[in-house]
Amino acid sequence: MAGASTTVPDFLLHALLAGIGVALVAGPLGSFAVWRRMAYFGDTLAHSALMGVAFGLLLSINTGVAVTLGCLLLALILVLLQQNRFIATDTLLGILSHSTLALGLVCVSLFDDTRIDLTAYLFGDLLATNLTDVVTIFTVSALVLLALGLLWRPLLAITVHEELARVEGVPVTLVRTALMLLMALVIAIAMKVVGVLLITALLIIPAAASRRLTRTPEQMAAGASLLGCVAVAAGLLASFYWDTPAGPSVVLSAGALFLLTLLRKQAA
Amino acid sequence: MPEPLLRASGVCLERGGRKLLHNVDLQLRQGEIVTLIGPNGAGKTTLVRVVLGLVRPGSGEVWRRAGLRIGYMPQRMHIDPSLPLTVRRFLSLASTDINAMRAALRRTGVEDLLENPMHSLSGGETQRVLLARALLRRPQLLVLDEPVQGVDVGGQADFYQTISKLRDQLQCGVLMISHDLHLVMAATDTVVCLNQHVCCQGHPQSVASHPAYLELFGKSAQPGIALYTHHHDHSHDLHGDVMPDGGGEHHRA
Repeated sequence: MAGASTTVPDFLLHALLAGIGVALVAGPLGSFAVWRRMAYFGDTLAHSALMGVAFGLLLSINTGVAVTLGCLLLALILVLLQQNRFIATDTLLGILSHSTLALGLVCVSLFDDTRIDLTAYLFGDLLATNLTDVVTIFTVSALVLLALGLLWRPLLAITVHEELARVEGVPVTLVRTALMLLMALVIAIAMKVVGVLLITALLIIPAAASRRLTRTPEQMAAGASLLGCVAVAAGLLASFYWDTPAGPSVVLSAGALFLLTLLRKQAA
Repeated sequence: MPEPLLRASGVCLERGGRKLLHNVDLQLRQGEIVTLIGPNGAGKTTLVRVVLGLVRPGSGEVWRRAGLRIGYMPQRMHIDPSLPLTVRRFLSLASTDINAMRAALRRTGVEDLLENPMHSLSGGETQRVLLARALLRRPQLLVLDEPVQGVDVGGQADFYQTISKLRDQLQCGVLMISHDLHLVMAATDTVVCLNQHVCCQGHPQSVASHPAYLELFGKSAQPGIALYTHHHDHSHDLHGDVMPDGGGEHHRA
């Protein structure tokens, strides 16, 4: 690290590493979010993360832990509610997404302004990441990637056709629940990078961009990781030179990459 | 007599106060082709889902032979356009053995499609790829939900022929759903005419002249002036006119 600091400031290096750590895992996970149309689901989990922050402060436990637990809990609740189908899924997600965000905002406002920086949670605080954050992000990212690798085939099978997968012996509910939980984990670590309002962008945009360039699910997932890393680097550079907010700059870079891929004819 | 692969007895199912299945019995033996026919909303797909164990019946019993390997071909296959998937990758979800994949595709007559994207296939090609995936399971029982959907009439006859050939080769049982008794007649041993309950069942010839069948499908269902086309995207009555040109592709929306 010390050697690198002669050319790149430490805070920028940490930010870059943290961003890449998230982008790597966001690629395959975001691909599933696109294939399974889970964008709104990701939004709901992300919005609830702010509530996790508030509860963390309220109960005086580590915010990261509180956010992670909150996301995991909400993911489980969503799985249960979805199975009951008493209300259309998008309506359910809309209700939960905005109620939890509003609740988070209200709770956070109850705290003293000095204790909490709302903007950092909403839009990320990438330039304030430290070495501990980087290590945490890489650990979680590696674990989630490992789990995705192990579950890849059943995950793909339930994405292609759930009932066919069930008849062929895939434990559908278990696999689907696992995917939701993995997504909750990644959202908890991605919050630091782009904030609760922009997390879904980091999942969806690189995957959508990668779709236009690839012919297999694996290529698309890997391509999404790569494009995500490029977006992180480009966003940070823009942020460094033009003093723009880092998280939104990363998302904008991803958006620009997506626009670029539109120039290319769709691969089959 | 060959041993039974599955047996359903007294199956009842209600959804939202509506009777979907009422006291349905069904049996299928090894090497036997059983075809479920009935109008739209008759509960054919529901019965298949019950038999497959995807839906629990409200009452009644379903017995499957222990360890029964089922190859299932669902009615619809919607793969999101955002998912890039070749036929090979699709088949690999059932078995990663490339030789088995080729053999299965050869059996269903579409070996040349191996590297094609799933989204580029026609209705008939998709059905044959789906059948190939079902075969990769080395099934003792094939379950086919409206296998000729989106296939033109000439192709439909071919498809049914393929299925009866597969039954002979694999000695598996076949349970399938069809809209049209006369097309499927030659390729089936037993017909079960379903309209929430079993109206009649037996050899296709006997069902075709059974009063319950004629009442359900109307006079136009008699042999010789059978309707060959269906617009599967709405409920149909078969009192309509005979279509003289009877052919053509039917694309689903």
